[in-house]
Amino acid sequence: MATQNTRTLARLMMAPSVVVLLIWMAVPLAMTLYYSFQNYNLLTPMNVSFAGFFNYQYFYTDPAFFQSIWNTLVLVLGVLAITVIGGTAIALLIDQPIFGQGIVRILVISPFFVMPPVAALIWKNMIMHPGYGVFADIAKFFGAQPVDWFAQYPLFSVIIIVAWQWLPFATLILLTALQSLDSEQKEAAEMDGANFFNRFIYLTIPHLSRAVTVVILIQTIFLLGIYAEILVTTNGGPGYASTNLTFLIYRTARLGYDVGGGAAGGIIAVVLANIVAIFLMRAVGKNLDK
Amino acid sequence: MGSITLKNVQKHFGEAKVIPSVDLEIKDGEFVVFVGPSGSGKSTLLRLIAGLEDLTGGTITIDGKDVTEAAPAARGLAMVFQSYALYPHMSVRKNIAFPLKMAKMEQSAIDKKVEAAAKVLNLTDYLERRPSQLSGGQRQRVAIGRAIVREPSAFLFDEPLSNLDAALRGTMRLEISDLHNQLKTTMIYVTHDQIEAMTMADKIVVLNRGNIEQVGSPMELYQTPRNLFVAGFIGSPRMNLITGDYAKSKGATTAGIRPEHLTLSKESGTWKGRVTVAEHLGADTFLHLDVEGIGQMTARASGEFGAHHGDTVYLTPDETRLHRFDDKGLAIRA
Repeated sequence: MATQNTRTLARLMMAPSVVVLLIWMAVPLAMTLYYSFQNYNLLTPMNVSFAGFFNYQYFYTDPAFFQSIWNTLVLVLGVLAITVIGGTAIALLIDQPIFGQGIVRILVISPFFVMPPVAALIWKNMIMHPGYGVFADIAKFFGAQPVDWFAQYPLFSVIIIVAWQWLPFATLILLTALQSLDSEQKEAAEMDGANFFNRFIYLTIPHLSRAVTVVILIQTIFLLGIYAEILVTTNGGPGYASTNLTFLIYRTARLGYDVGGGAAGGIIAVVLANIVAIFLMRAVGKNLDK
Repeated sequence: MGSITLKNVQKHFGEAKVIPSVDLEIKDGEFVVFVGPSGSGKSTLLRLIAGLEDLTGGTITIDGKDVTEAAPAARGLAMVFQSYALYPHMSVRKNIAFPLKMAKMEQSAIDKKVEAAAKVLNLTDYLERRPSQLSGGQRQRVAIGRAIVREPSAFLFDEPLSNLDAALRGTMRLEISDLHNQLKTTMIYVTHDQIEAMTMADKIVVLNRGNIEQVGSPMELYQTPRNLFVAGFIGSPRMNLITGDYAKSKGATTAGIRPEHLTLSKESGTWKGRVTVAEHLGADTFLHLDVEGIGQMTARASGEFGAHHGDTVYLTPDETRLHRFDDKGLAIRA
């Protein structure tokens, strides 16, 4: 895009998609903003009136509010830690030349194709179930008391399920990054006396930093909005132990029929997400402009 | 410090015998150039010496020590790669210091060595830059710096100048030769460019399909090529190879005469030819000719020779510089 001519043309060509995106984003946001200042309960849909900041105060004083923010952070950070570390490890493994490499890679990627509620149901009923789950069988085989995962470690259980789903994504991105590492650089490091561990620290990790940044940014966007896995497994409980911000909004808006309160929660979530985004871009975004 | 011996070295990739069997002796302090067309196994041979490939058979000895099974780092060699293989996220200083850091050397000693190497290579002003902020020639020098600081028993160069433009290649050629004169360390240099081979080498190893065709000093290869392959490969423009009656009259299957050993004349001579292309370089004139009864030939005249496309020119070979080859392609020495 060098000349005035191509710049103008490029802007014209981009305009439709930008306009559509803007509407797509702006209209729901504006509606949410509008409802967040209205008394609007689906049980009494006739009595709609201006509420001022009551909805915000109501959502903020919800006993689950701070815990849900904390849970959201734990969920996001937990899943990020597992997927980035685990993804790097798996990517290193399946980068090795082995028999049936193609099939192994497809199998490793496959969890990504399972839709969240299905994955959560399988984990709930076939793997983590205290009566007939795989984990319970393993515990019983060793003569131990089976763990009732969703009662004893609700948030951790959700983290495991979500991490299982996102591990393939991280693996895929990190694997392609690994494969783009120049083999002459590896050989040069080998000649320079770097063993496997040193090559990993000084060569592989810096090379992966960009891919890790991409993984963290994209996953955070999706992980802030985790909802289906919680609904299917713990339903936010016991108590509020596995309620994150998204689930709290769902509870307020759909279980409480409180559109205004839910909308206020949504706006709070948007603000918090933007705060997270600013910190994230500050912290890891610099890796992208190399 | 730095003598390398290859004994019956073999390398197979599956069915393909890339190097059937190679024996080679490299003396301490020699500048040895492996030269050959692409696919001749010259890079593979270098990587075998470096330890980046496993041998299928044979032994490699460095300074009397068998290193056939030794790890690359344990062989005391340093390599400069074709792509330079600099670490992109490290500054020039850290790149050069990396092998020393891996050797767990003290930081003050590392700094001293890096500064010294940077001074030799004119990199002092660039120590804090990243490789991506350097020009091709500077990157090349950083790669050499990373090799120098290790004080290896031998340097290995894998086509180090092929990514540079022609002018820079000439400069770097001089710098590497100069470096060899200063350090007096064994250097093994792989290239497909015979000008690099001729100008830099103490000893040239001509490779073809994994076999050594001839080993010798540049002038030996030029004056007494052992066979047709070496005769055709060394020298630019290529030697004219003549078969048929003329060769038979000299008692050979193929006769070879270099372009510079043909005398050009516009009046008379042994052969009569028509100029197809004339290349006037000022200092030299290269004429590509269609010669009656022989075919395509190239002739070189010192200085300007006024002939153009379509002109008729007479050629006379300097028969004392004639090369003769038998039906197996081996040189006949009288």
